[in-house]
Amino acid sequence: MSERFDAIVVGAGPAGCSAAYAMAKEGLHVLVIERGEYPGSKNVSGALLHSHVLSSLFPNFWEEAPVERFVTQRKLSFLTPDTSLTVDFRDDYFAKPPYNGFTVLRSKFDPWLAKKAEDAGALIMTGTQVDDFLWEGDRVMGVKTRKQDGEVLAHVVIIAEGANSILTQKAGLRGDMSPHEMAIGAKEVIRLSEEIINERFNLKGNEGASIHYIGECTGGVPGGGFLYTNMNSISLGLVCRISDLAKKRLKIFELVERFKSHPHIRSLIAGGVLKEYSGHMIPEGGYKAIPKLFRGGLLVVGEAASLNFNNGLILRGIDYAMASGMAAARTVSLARSNGDFSEKGLSRYRKELEGSFVLKDMKRFKGLPDILSNPRIFSTYPDLLCSLGREMFQVTGGERRRVLSIFNEVRRREGSRAGIGRIIKDLLKMGYQI
Amino acid sequence: MNMDEKISMTCYHLGREKPHIKVDVGVCRTCDLKPCLYVCPVENYRLEDDEIQFSCDACVECGACRVACSPGAVQWSYPQGGFGVCFRFG
Repeated sequence: MSERFDAIVVGAGPAGCSAAYAMAKEGLHVLVIERGEYPGSKNVSGALLHSHVLSSLFPNFWEEAPVERFVTQRKLSFLTPDTSLTVDFRDDYFAKPPYNGFTVLRSKFDPWLAKKAEDAGALIMTGTQVDDFLWEGDRVMGVKTRKQDGEVLAHVVIIAEGANSILTQKAGLRGDMSPHEMAIGAKEVIRLSEEIINERFNLKGNEGASIHYIGECTGGVPGGGFLYTNMNSISLGLVCRISDLAKKRLKIFELVERFKSHPHIRSLIAGGVLKEYSGHMIPEGGYKAIPKLFRGGLLVVGEAASLNFNNGLILRGIDYAMASGMAAARTVSLARSNGDFSEKGLSRYRKELEGSFVLKDMKRFKGLPDILSNPRIFSTYPDLLCSLGREMFQVTGGERRRVLSIFNEVRRREGSRAGIGRIIKDLLKMGYQI
Repeated sequence: MNMDEKISMTCYHLGREKPHIKVDVGVCRTCDLKPCLYVCPVENYRLEDDEIQFSCDACVECGACRVACSPGAVQWSYPQGGFGVCFRFG
């Protein structure tokens, strides 16, 4: 290919397609290169699609996009091997347009977004692996694909490769990724009929539920479980910090099997049929783990740039991906008008992100990864809450004790290491960072 | 459910090119922690007679081994475009 594009986007996920769509709309000559057979064929969702960014691009997108259910129920469940304590939040406000968030299956949703970029004028090339860059001095001039004569030139390349981004490293934007800053997710899509899902989760029509699990499901490893209701299936999985799995000698796939056999989960998925098993990596290093975001002729967006948000209660990746893609698009449009694709010319990208929720929130909550490294959150506290539940509700015919004395007994049990001072300190830290 | 049954539900397009991940078991022998055994979601790494046995077939291309393993143990690249895992739900 001898033509030169204004921009090449590597990866046709939400970050890449948002960037491509916005640039194509501005009249730029854009090529999106996707390694999968079709957009979304390598992608896995472990969170909801929160609507706000997508609805700014496509108002009423839910009328045409292949989303599953709008989520009105958000639950957080603490688990021990045989008990669970659940906080159940339900809000009918989330059942009204523009809806707060949707469950999605990425192999169905991503092709729709890619088609939008294509309709806007971007060229989408699937089944093509980008292995490296073309350089002119220290400036990126294009990409090398693994195809014969597969070099393609562009004024700017946008890396939208996802969490497992080799190109970000090849470009010298970051060194090796640390296992402390990455989590591995394993997920099953389990088929259940719409009627059974609605009945089991107390849902009407297209309403959906999202449940996060903390405790026994990860064997005390920082991370958690998730359950999302799709239209005719359940997405169920675990996310565990990579460094801690090995340290605790817990196998992610065995934890998934154990999670599925927990009494709380077993009844929710009973009669379901496995349709797909998948795995995906997730950046969890927060603000500190963000690589350098640009250099001459190059920008990095979405999870390739470790842009996402997780505080245990809410996980956000797709809206961060799309917002960063759009910020990259604005930067490239401006660089093109100025005819300046140098590092300086693209430095506006960082400022765009600093001015949006993307870096504002990641910076404000930069302490989250450390807070979420606290082992008490993943074993001691779920245990404490569930044991407290049992003590409170168990009727023995003996003398009834005060809640405070039950609490004190439970927290003093061997191995709990939950001194009052420690609990207060943890609560204050969480209150400050969540 | 065992791993073979599980991954039988996942779609793959297997190409004829050489495996996209190469494992140097010499480095694995010196690795005490063997994180690959715990982080690979499809059990592509197994321990047989104290040696790591690796198969690339069920790989979901997550990159967990690339991040977790000792430097030099795994040479990681993506499969040829259009090949490898192909999620139908995601």
